[in-house]
Amino acid sequence: MSNLVIKGGRVIDPASKRDKVGDVFIAAGKFVKSLTAAQKKDARVIDAKGLVVCPGLVDIHVHFREPGQTHKETILTGSQAAAAGGFTSVVCMPNTSPVVDNAGTVALIKSVAATAPVHVYPTGCITVGMKGQQLAPHGSLQKAGIVALTDDGLCVQSNELMHRAVEYAKMFDLTILDHCQDDSMTEKAVMNEGVVSTRLGLKGWPHAAEDIIVARNIILSKYTGAHIHMQHITSAHSVELMRRAKQDGINVTAEATPHHLALTEESLGTYDTHFKMNPPLRTEADRRAIIAGLRDGTLDCIGTDHAPHAPEEKDCEFDYAPNGIIGLETALPVCLDVLVQKNKFKLPHVIDLMTRKAANILKLPAGTLAPGATADVCIFDPAETWLYKTYGGFSKSINSPWDNRQLTGRVKTTIVSGKVVYANGKMV
Amino acid sequence: MPWHRKHLLTIEELSRAEIEQLLATAGAFRRILERKVKKIPALRGKTIVNLFLEPSTRTRLSFEMAAKLLSADVISFDAASSSTSKGETLRDTAQNIQALNADMIVLRHSASGSPLYLSKVLGIPVINAGDGAHEHPTQALLDVFTMREKLGNLKGRKVVILGDILFSRVARSNIHALTKLGADVTIVGPSTLVPHWFEAMGVKVSHHLRSALADADVVMLLRIQHERQGVSHFPSLGEYTSMFGLNYTRAEWIKPDAIIMHPGPINRGVEIDSDIADSPRSVILQQVTNGIAVRMAALYLCAGGQPENVLTPV
Repeated sequence: MSNLVIKGGRVIDPASKRDKVGDVFIAAGKFVKSLTAAQKKDARVIDAKGLVVCPGLVDIHVHFREPGQTHKETILTGSQAAAAGGFTSVVCMPNTSPVVDNAGTVALIKSVAATAPVHVYPTGCITVGMKGQQLAPHGSLQKAGIVALTDDGLCVQSNELMHRAVEYAKMFDLTILDHCQDDSMTEKAVMNEGVVSTRLGLKGWPHAAEDIIVARNIILSKYTGAHIHMQHITSAHSVELMRRAKQDGINVTAEATPHHLALTEESLGTYDTHFKMNPPLRTEADRRAIIAGLRDGTLDCIGTDHAPHAPEEKDCEFDYAPNGIIGLETALPVCLDVLVQKNKFKLPHVIDLMTRKAANILKLPAGTLAPGATADVCIFDPAETWLYKTYGGFSKSINSPWDNRQLTGRVKTTIVSGKVVYANGKMV
Repeated sequence: MPWHRKHLLTIEELSRAEIEQLLATAGAFRRILERKVKKIPALRGKTIVNLFLEPSTRTRLSFEMAAKLLSADVISFDAASSSTSKGETLRDTAQNIQALNADMIVLRHSASGSPLYLSKVLGIPVINAGDGAHEHPTQALLDVFTMREKLGNLKGRKVVILGDILFSRVARSNIHALTKLGADVTIVGPSTLVPHWFEAMGVKVSHHLRSALADADVVMLLRIQHERQGVSHFPSLGEYTSMFGLNYTRAEWIKPDAIIMHPGPINRGVEIDSDIADSPRSVILQQVTNGIAVRMAALYLCAGGQPENVLTPV
């Protein structure tokens, strides 16, 4: 493994409060303060002049569809999409086929993930078969290598089962990631309930169905002391519930997706299935509340909910299309646009939300450029404008609302454990 | 102004002038329906396929009748007999119909937005015969056609739409058509089926039957689509009837010269009592007849005909 010098970039490392032009040194896959004269001699130099050098991005919410749905994505193609988007650590949801409710499936994912270009961490199910009826073997799953528990996409409906799940998982110091949705209120729902769903004649998903579960989880976290993380918060009321919970010192965290930051239900006017996801896009007031929540720390991090689906699966009537969009290759430019350009966040703040703060939720060894840490780096040009085309991308699927759109901010180089895995539009 | 639309997908996207063109063209066809020989050669040599993926009697028969009176060849099929039950997608089914040299597709589908989707994947005209809870444009056109026959100009006229608005494509298309034509629309019914979200579409929302009926020029009743609802929207049909059903006593609250409409199918004794449905104020069957003329107009214009001379073959 060669030594690396990343030279002359704007080095932003929120974990060490660093933000200035300088060099980053890597030896033997780790960050070092500097290289010895001997190391310098055979070091590869990456010119980062005019570019931002930051920790590799961390996404604690992706779907890589392997095993079982590899026509949508594989661990390899998903990891390539991650690397192309500047992500070096990703956490995969367990709704594969079979679902990750047993140690064998964890082992399978880990064996494939070992050859992936980025760090891929599996999660396990809260309940057997994600059916919400019986606890999955959390201890065995952890021994096999999962980093968190979730029934993502199928929120545990029974309050009693959720209560026991968080109580049990706490013994292993495992965080529960919850997709907050009261199913009884969202049967057949395909978009936010409101003025737009009424006009379009589509079945509405009221934000109250999210708020109720967020409130439940806050109550259960306070009651048990267990850490519960709310996935993809979409509603202003849920943001407010989280704000109060944090003021009360309750052990809860939450994420927001780039699409809920950037888009609203107004995008659904033409029934374009590339804007259909669960939870759905909501109102402008909700969108603004999510941005405010990220600004004041009520919401902890960005997670993409990268959810690939094959083109023919999305090419149908709106009611029948599966939920979800891909997001790894567009997350950084979308967040730069919405948060930095339009809402005047400082760039280090946005990087913090996409690196250190995401990693901290699950205590992943990532999100910093500090000497001794694994050398995961994202180098990007914050000013480059480029045309995103899903067909030219790395994900196996093309279900993105940003297809054929101009984006500003482009990842130039991605380094994982000291090795360049992506550079100038190509996997290395 | 020439007609330029290839598809009839929604009332929402039509301008007031386009609605007027459709109504004027329907008027010309309506006069032809009075003749002894009603058939005209306007669409001779054209094939129209009625793709009905949701059950329908009235609308399908009406479209078939309209196509035949225009001398088009018409093929109708429904979901049960089609390949959709074998897992074929809507795109593939429709593209096959197009490849069979159909000149036009009339689509009825339970999924909102599906006619728009189909119009993007096909090269031939698509006519929306009802999509989910979204729109039913020809129904609204025949409704306003009938209202104008009875009341003349609709500007400032008070129209009450009473019943299950939430699940109704008829209500949505009528709201768009009536507001574009300057009518004052009030939607009435239980709060779960008439949510306040509709106010953004330019209508008044009321849950008080008597005051809403008092100054109405038109009372349009809608069926309670209990097959579409969960159990939670209202207690029972009996409760609906007791609170909102139009019976003899409540019909007294309506002005004597107001008309009573219903797109059908009617549920006698539920949303409307028989003596009201069959009363002289009821124009329910005239709506059905006018529906043929309106659908002739929609087919004719979208096939490339122009409003000024409906007797000229396309």
